[in-house]
Amino acid sequence: MHIQLKNIHKYFGSVHANNDVSLTIEPGQILGLLGENGAGKSTLMKILSGLICKDSGEILINGEEQDLKSPADALRLGIGMLHQDPHDFPSMTIREDLQIWDQRSGRANHSAVDWQALMKIQEDLGFNLDLDGSVGELTVGERQQLELARLLWLGVELLILDEPTTGISASQQEILFSALKKLAGQGKTIIFVSHKLEEVKELCSRAVVLRKGCLIGEREAPFDENDLVKLMFGRQITRTRTAHAGTRDVCLSVQKLNIEDFRIAIENVNFDLYAGEVIGLAGMEGSGQRQFLQALAGMKQPSSGHILFGDEDLFGKNCYDYQKLGIFYVPSARMEEGLVPGMTLEEHYILSDCEKRVFIDSKKSHKVTEDRIQRFNIKGRAVTFSEELSGGNQQRLLLSLLQDPAKVLLLENPTRGLDIESTNWIWSILRERCQAATSIIFSSADLDELTFYADRILVFFSGRISEPLDSAGLDEERLGRMIGGKDWPK
Amino acid sequence: MSKNRAFINFLFRISGVIAALLFTALVLLIAKANPWEAFSNIFLGAVSTPIKIADSFVAWVPLILATCGLVITFTTGLWNIGIEGQISLGAIMTTWALRLLQDSGLPPVVIILAGFLAGIAGGIVWALLAGMLKFYGGVSEIFAGLGLNFIATALTLWLIFGPWKRAGVASMSGTEPFDMSIWLPTLTGYRLSIWSLILAVVSVLIVYFILKHTVVGLRLKAVGKNYKAAIQMGISPSKYMLLSFVLCGVFAGLTGAVQVLGVYHRLIPSISSGYGFLGLLVAMLVDYQIVWAVPMALLFAALNIGGIQLPIMMKIDSTLSGVMQSSLVLFFMLMDGVRKKILKKEEEQSNE
Amino acid sequence: MNEFLTNMAGVIAAATPVVVAVIGETFSERSGVINLSANGLIVLAAMTGFAAAYLTGIVWIGLLAGFLTGAIAGLLISFSSISLKQSQVAVGFILSLLFRDLAYFLGTPFMVIPGPTVSGWAIPLLKDIPILGPLLFDQNVLVYFSYILIIASYYWIFHTRQGLVLRGVGEQPISAYSRGIDVNRQRYIYTALGSGLIGLAGPMYSLSIKAGWNGTMTGLDGIGWIVLSITIFGGWNPLRGSFGGYLFVFLQWLGLALQSYWTNVPSQVLQVAPFPLMILTLLFVNIGDTEWVTRMLATLPRGVRGAFYKLFRFLRKPPPASLGVPFERE
Repeated sequence: MHIQLKNIHKYFGSVHANNDVSLTIEPGQILGLLGENGAGKSTLMKILSGLICKDSGEILINGEEQDLKSPADALRLGIGMLHQDPHDFPSMTIREDLQIWDQRSGRANHSAVDWQALMKIQEDLGFNLDLDGSVGELTVGERQQLELARLLWLGVELLILDEPTTGISASQQEILFSALKKLAGQGKTIIFVSHKLEEVKELCSRAVVLRKGCLIGEREAPFDENDLVKLMFGRQITRTRTAHAGTRDVCLSVQKLNIEDFRIAIENVNFDLYAGEVIGLAGMEGSGQRQFLQALAGMKQPSSGHILFGDEDLFGKNCYDYQKLGIFYVPSARMEEGLVPGMTLEEHYILSDCEKRVFIDSKKSHKVTEDRIQRFNIKGRAVTFSEELSGGNQQRLLLSLLQDPAKVLLLENPTRGLDIESTNWIWSILRERCQAATSIIFSSADLDELTFYADRILVFFSGRISEPLDSAGLDEERLGRMIGGKDWPK
Repeated sequence: MSKNRAFINFLFRISGVIAALLFTALVLLIAKANPWEAFSNIFLGAVSTPIKIADSFVAWVPLILATCGLVITFTTGLWNIGIEGQISLGAIMTTWALRLLQDSGLPPVVIILAGFLAGIAGGIVWALLAGMLKFYGGVSEIFAGLGLNFIATALTLWLIFGPWKRAGVASMSGTEPFDMSIWLPTLTGYRLSIWSLILAVVSVLIVYFILKHTVVGLRLKAVGKNYKAAIQMGISPSKYMLLSFVLCGVFAGLTGAVQVLGVYHRLIPSISSGYGFLGLLVAMLVDYQIVWAVPMALLFAALNIGGIQLPIMMKIDSTLSGVMQSSLVLFFMLMDGVRKKILKKEEEQSNE
Repeated sequence: MNEFLTNMAGVIAAATPVVVAVIGETFSERSGVINLSANGLIVLAAMTGFAAAYLTGIVWIGLLAGFLTGAIAGLLISFSSISLKQSQVAVGFILSLLFRDLAYFLGTPFMVIPGPTVSGWAIPLLKDIPILGPLLFDQNVLVYFSYILIIASYYWIFHTRQGLVLRGVGEQPISAYSRGIDVNRQRYIYTALGSGLIGLAGPMYSLSIKAGWNGTMTGLDGIGWIVLSITIFGGWNPLRGSFGGYLFVFLQWLGLALQSYWTNVPSQVLQVAPFPLMILTLLFVNIGDTEWVTRMLATLPRGVRGAFYKLFRFLRKPPPASLGVPFERE
């Protein structure tokens, strides 16, 4: 399939998400679409797959202009997209999930479902899904396989994959990559959206880079990594490493902790958290990191064990007791779980003020607000509503609300969706806190971030937790294998 | 630009009112009544004489009291549909206190105050029940509240026809009226009591102050807007939602007490007079802003009073006021939706 | 024994409108739209249905009028919540009050006059089956219709492609949309259809079970709320929901039957007995989901906890994941 995008524009409110993007894709090609978070990659691909509509510009498929009003239109033309959160139905069985595809897309004659064709596609690509299983019980990787098989089954000619390697295991990634290469060999066109250079290097024959909504450049394989980085960020980026501040004073001691809910069981966790130390939690999403962090914050009741803070066992206490002791949880869903939409920055500071008072002291709160906005470099004003801030500024606001001094900070994916600059800045604040003997436990999907900022790392794999590993001198490949479920002691 | 927008907003509000009036007129035509005659009868019925204006204020007091409570629960994100029952319980408790004390020889002021306190207690208990069902039982406050409303009605009926029945025969007209000495004193010649008017105004001020100038008010708001975030800020949502129920119970209880002490002077089967549900409508109409509730509640109260004329003058049912009130809120909401839709489209176009 | 059978047949007949309305609400909620106006809607449809049947003298037109009243209400709710993105709870509640007042206002000319009713018709052959015959097949056509509706709606939701689409739209509208399903159209259709069924329950009362229109004394105020809570109890499944409806009316009958034994229990108490029952049911269904129970369960031994989880999962079926949430592409 030959695709040509001409002068695509898309706005969200005042954000110019795609700015005059023009792009041509040849059949049989695997095109890498690179860019950091928020560069407009997903928006462009959603336009091409009909999920959202462009504001202006043209889309030519095999030389003919097409108006893609809905995903149904795109499917009819043979364009299918695998979304970052697979668009499937967790409450159904796989069979049902496949059957719901409906006659209205008008492609092929599927009135009687041809299961054999599907099984053949599965087999060809090395997938192994049980059709009678429930979608909700699949891993993210398997759900992607299901979507991929479904799209091919529908006869899709152009396949768009949005960050498909997030949250899948190493072996699943291998299967995926070999399947994609095979499909390209069969003449399918593939667009591979990613912000990870290594993956694009391994898979793609050509790469284009988006930055702030603009198509900034394109390169043919073989790629020069530094060159691509420069394109993506506009300059060379290095992480700023800071001195580790870990001591040997035990701040929090976790003993024989069991955490269980109907999704996952984490058994027998033992470790000591030292004052000023940073512990990173590695693992695929949904391997138990969230439950673990929430249990340590008192938000989730562990089933047994001890959480010793000084001489006190915190087992069975609720999160408000933990907060009083200076143990805070910072959720990853900033707007959903951390900030209050419809409230101003100033109101947030009044709410997080721990001093007991009845009336609002506006003089004091003005001062506090101005002070924090400056100190945390938040691009907003006292009267700005929290939902109007950008993601990076929301994260800064969230951190600026935390009490000072805090003993333990439990951060769930603190830099998710942030650009490198914001990430660096946020870690510089966090490190500053460590100097003041605050201990940090954070989860992340980014191996570099883990090895770079954590003193020790706990690896999670479907509820299992490794011994703490020293991050200095840790073999990143071994870490990757452990995240994928290999190299674990029996 | 912003002036222009304010004008557009105003136009949409007005068109909501017009749509509601047209709808009501249509309903009247279906009922083979003259809309113009009906509207003028309602209008005259509410304002033609000082007594009628005063009567509108008599209805305004319980309505604004109930709205005061509801603005608090709405701020906390709660649909306190159980307010009707909370008002009834307030009235029941007030009646109980008055029955207990009416022959005690205590000064009337003390008895009246005791009546108010008992009413508040009744409102709180019923509101807390709904709150606890929500937090400890997982029952949505909408269903818990509704169920409790029906139970409160049954309790009222049972008291009127059972233990508190009038000497002789029990009837729908309620319990034995209290002695005039323990009525809320009214202005001579009117049914309006200056004391209940003061109570209403003070209540509005208190609610305004709590929501605008206290930390507790801000916390209630935070819980309503995002209870998960509130947890991270050390605010316990269940505690503050229960508090919100209690505060609403106070105002609901006062409403019930005013109905007994200042309006009916006895317990009647429909003692809440539907002011709870009407308060919900008022609160929705003014987007939960207590300041705007003051005039809107007065409008609704006037519609109620004016509606009384309809069966007398035109032989049509007085529920027409209800039709007008709820269609007004409905069309306001619909117009608001249209307005937002148009604004969004405009914004999109201005980008191109 | 014979008397008991007659009573049970009466329970089945009396439960019919409840069952039909529960199925209607189930359709609407399965697609993601709550029709909170059910209470006022049933009252209004009872009035319009009676009026239409009275004016034309034809019962069927009355039933049709009830259905249409509901369907129009459903379109109004869809329009405000899907197209205008207003809160379903708010609009539903306002409509609930509006419909009720409209019914009482417009119904005045039809007060306390005799009108047509649906007559009984025993199904030949089937009525002679021992026990089941007099219980199930010596009823009127509306009751037979409800049997078909129960089975058909169950089959439709769980065993047809269209049912899959319906469930998909209520669970993950974005997934449905990206597969080419017009989410909002589906929601419009099912809300109108479901609300039509809720409306149909109205004339089922005014033309059959509580024949006639008596204004505020008709005694239908409250039934809609019961219907809404039975829908939750039924876990959005027509079979379980119908069972809830029958059980509810049976318990109501039991209360009345026991009244003659407990003469000292005042009649007002038994009349409102459905409502504490409603609260208790929702309590049983939902208590496993509350924070304190979750925390308490977490520390129990594994076996005991597992048993509780199973019990709660049996009692509480999760609602459609996007119930009450308007669908937007982004």
